Amino acid sequence: MYNFAYHKPASLADAVKILSADPEARPLAGGQTLIPVLKQRLNKPSQLVDLAALGLAGIKVSPTALTIGAMTPHAAVARSAEVRKAIPGLADLASWIGDEQVRHRGTIGGSLANNDPSACYPAAVLALGATIKTDRREIAADDFFQGMFTTALEPGEIITEVAFPLPVEKSAYEKFRQPASRYAMVGVFVAKGPKGVRVAVTGAGQNGVFRVPEMEDALAKSWSPDSIAAIKVSPDGLVSDIHGSAAYRSHLITVMAKRAVAKAG
Amino acid sequence: MAKEGIGAAVRRREDSRFLTGQGHYVDDFNRPGQLYAYIRRSDRPHARIRGIDVSAARNAPGVVAVYTGEDLAADGVGGLPCGWQIHNKDGSPMAEPPHPVLALGKVRHIGDPIAVVIAESKAQAKDAAELIAIDFEDLPAVADVRAATAPGAPRVHDDVPGNVCYDWHIGDLAAVEAAFARAKHVVRLDLVNNRLIPNAMEPRAALAECDVTGNYTLYTTSQNPHVIRLLMGAFVLHLPEHRLRVVAPDVGGGFGSKIYHYAEEAIVTWAAGKLRRPVKWTAERSESFISDAQGRDHVSHAELALDEEGNFLALRVSTLANLGAYLSTFAPSVPTYLYATLLAGVYKTPAIYAEVKAVFTNTVPVDAYRGAGRPEAAYLLERLVDVAAMETGIDRIALRRKNFIPPEAFPYQTPVALQYDSGNYEMTLREALKAADYEGFEARRAEARRRGKLRGIGISTYLEACGIAPSKVVGQLGARAGLYEVATIRVHPTGSVTVYTGAHSHGQGHETTFAQIVADHLGVPYEQVEIVHGDTAQVPFGMGTYGSRSLAVGGSAMVKAMDKIIAKGKKIAAYLLEASAEDIEFADGVFRVAGTDKTKTLGEIAFAAYVPHNYPIEELEPGLEETAFYDPKNFTFPGGCHVCEVEIDPETGVTRVVNFVAVDDVGRVINPLIVEGQVQGGVAQGIGQALLEHAVYDANGQLLSGSFMDYTMPRADNLPSITVGTESTMCTHNPLGAKGCGEVGAIGSPPAVINAIVDALKEFGVKHVDMPATPEKIWSIIEAHRPRLAAE
Repeated sequence: MYNFAYHKPASLADAVKILSADPEARPLAGGQTLIPVLKQRLNKPSQLVDLAALGLAGIKVSPTALTIGAMTPHAAVARSAEVRKAIPGLADLASWIGDEQVRHRGTIGGSLANNDPSACYPAAVLALGATIKTDRREIAADDFFQGMFTTALEPGEIITEVAFPLPVEKSAYEKFRQPASRYAMVGVFVAKGPKGVRVAVTGAGQNGVFRVPEMEDALAKSWSPDSIAAIKVSPDGLVSDIHGSAAYRSHLITVMAKRAVAKAG
Repeated sequence: MAKEGIGAAVRRREDSRFLTGQGHYVDDFNRPGQLYAYIRRSDRPHARIRGIDVSAARNAPGVVAVYTGEDLAADGVGGLPCGWQIHNKDGSPMAEPPHPVLALGKVRHIGDPIAVVIAESKAQAKDAAELIAIDFEDLPAVADVRAATAPGAPRVHDDVPGNVCYDWHIGDLAAVEAAFARAKHVVRLDLVNNRLIPNAMEPRAALAECDVTGNYTLYTTSQNPHVIRLLMGAFVLHLPEHRLRVVAPDVGGGFGSKIYHYAEEAIVTWAAGKLRRPVKWTAERSESFISDAQGRDHVSHAELALDEEGNFLALRVSTLANLGAYLSTFAPSVPTYLYATLLAGVYKTPAIYAEVKAVFTNTVPVDAYRGAGRPEAAYLLERLVDVAAMETGIDRIALRRKNFIPPEAFPYQTPVALQYDSGNYEMTLREALKAADYEGFEARRAEARRRGKLRGIGISTYLEACGIAPSKVVGQLGARAGLYEVATIRVHPTGSVTVYTGAHSHGQGHETTFAQIVADHLGVPYEQVEIVHGDTAQVPFGMGTYGSRSLAVGGSAMVKAMDKIIAKGKKIAAYLLEASAEDIEFADGVFRVAGTDKTKTLGEIAFAAYVPHNYPIEELEPGLEETAFYDPKNFTFPGGCHVCEVEIDPETGVTRVVNFVAVDDVGRVINPLIVEGQVQGGVAQGIGQALLEHAVYDANGQLLSGSFMDYTMPRADNLPSITVGTESTMCTHNPLGAKGCGEVGAIGSPPAVINAIVDALKEFGVKHVDMPATPEKIWSIIEAHRPRLAAE
């Protein structure tokens, strides 16, 4: 780890100010990606701005939205009775991100801002058509994810909360974990809610999370595993590495999607 | 049996220390004025070093010194020695290219050490190491053994043509060819034994200091501190032994990777002498991946000849073994005398011929890793026997039984040099099949099929060899070391006992088992026995722990030393009891005049020996302390049967091990709890090799699985609950009857797993699946056969 200055501002405005003034400054949420990266000296920020004291954690439910504060750890989402009731697939997804330690430190805002192509949350956010709220605006999930480790966030912009529109009729997540890291090698979130039937895939795409319109159409007509069994996502544009070729990932997308649909009931 | 004697399931006394964080590992030692070393390593697989500019690093904050290979060479520091010399088919010695402590002129693998920065803090050393400017000229690199032996392959060492370190063989080729000529069946198999990265829980570390009189102490993560003292002292740093103390304190796992003398040990010791300040180096995990010796990495072709009834007539094997970029300490012995000599396995195959080409590549050096050569042999043979069963249509169990060496054939001379002293392969097979409910398997297969899963069962009836010896024989085979073990038994004046053993415990539980042996043999309470190991200043010259030798060899040395204690004790007792020494019996800690109630306890005898007021001082020296060196007459030969049951999800290709039974004949069991723990750990590593672990290099020598993000270590949820059964036929040539249990799990299990997978896939006509059997590999096999299935 290289040396850096550490700040823990008490207001969102102070955090934004530090981050906006210094392009080398980095926000610190749960740190479950950033800290390992710093330890490996793969990143050299001038300042770390800890977002822990900004009051961004918490879960709220209204008739039209489930809103999760950006600093809410995965474990809190997983065990929240409100989340389990409103969007069971989201609670399930949060319950098997990383390991116990990661789930108690890692946050939804950190995961989305980082947009790791094999992270779980982007699949739920995209499939459920959530809105990402920041210190300055609201961004629709469809506009937010812009490729591997790339988002619509501007320099210094901080996610404050994520709003999932309700009611959600069906939701489920299935993933095939990369055997070593246990990140999603292929993760598929299926949902039926206010934004329609949506299928989002994480882990497999070279440009991060993406939707599968053919599966969405088929499921809208008939919500059953069989209705998507013959739908294949082309291997073109999928990741290929020592754990799985693009063709294998393509196959797994269909398998995981079928299983997610079955799980959603 | 004494309550805590031989055979008792005593809980490990070291565990309370380890589990409460009270273990004392090398990195826990800190010396006044200590400096920190950081090694700048090569990030290139193969390159010429045109120049190294260390000036910025030398001027960086906190930096005390920066050294390169040239600094060490200028001071007369030697290269890292190799401890085993193999000879080629033509009798010429193997190629033995230099292995500099820090690179000289070239780097040959990712992780090759180039320079060391020594600073007041670890962070300062690391910061400064980044400032070293190295002018590289990249050279073509080669990582795969087949590519390395192809014409025109890049040369790893300029003076090693074809990258061949040696081209060795064993066995009677003419007899084998004659047998193949008259065979009814010939089965052939090409297979790869995947390269593994050991990943002991504790990374390597070394801390050296040099006092004002020029006496050195090195604390190091070693399985054999005396070997390190000898190799480093005599060959690298030219330090006489009496000025060099090597301490291997608590060590958190080794699996072979901490046998070898590594560059960092020599670097910190040399630098501590130069700077007259203690110097510590501790590996980061990512350094372990590129600097600990790796394991396995064979590519083999095997052929088995059988007659009409299925009797094995002959075995022919050709293997390419990857040695990596340099010869690690014992690397040459692994694919030769620890591998090809095991190719008879448990079978009475009359003729065997094996040839092994050991090859340099631009990869991390390869050396012994849990099992070392024997897993490669067992895997090849047990896969080949299953293929033979498949191709001849003979049941795989019946085929094995037909070819087993029968119990009455021992001692049994194999055609590949070894002579087995004892074993009962039918017994371990029978017990394993019973424990695994082999008979009921087809019903479980059918039930799994109804759930859409492919279930398979596989067995391996393996054999291995432990406690490599005797010294004279291994010397003839090329070992540059003796392979005895030593023990000193010190009976204190009031009768408690301290044992100084040359074996080293880094997870094996010696402090418990060795104390049990002493409690049993001397009749001393278990609590009154202390085991000391791992310090050259305390323990006589011993050879350390590897190859499951500690009990069979180290334990036997203890027994021999205790026998000397008892013999001397009898003389003292005879004097005190006014009897003849021949009439004194010793049992349960009491010396007795035979047939009388005249007795002296061991404690009384010890007190008399240390306070010799009433003592046969004319004939006997005072004191009660004896040392014995034990050089075994032969290897020991544990063996057994592993049964693995798997379920494959045909949609994803994921294999789950649903049941695993290991029945191992390890000879005399001292502590069944520890044996079971050793077998469980070994099986976990074997399942890891079969399903998960793979050190993947790209064609140019870049390590693609250089962290736990990509190198799949087995985790608890990858493993079933393992059923361990133990059978004992005694070793006939050591006083304990012990054979060793440290490696059996890792040796017997990989073929059982792959045999089970091939069985699960048998409807697809699959002959073989290379390790690791990853989900994609299995899925691809199923996919490839799907059209044919559809057509049928």
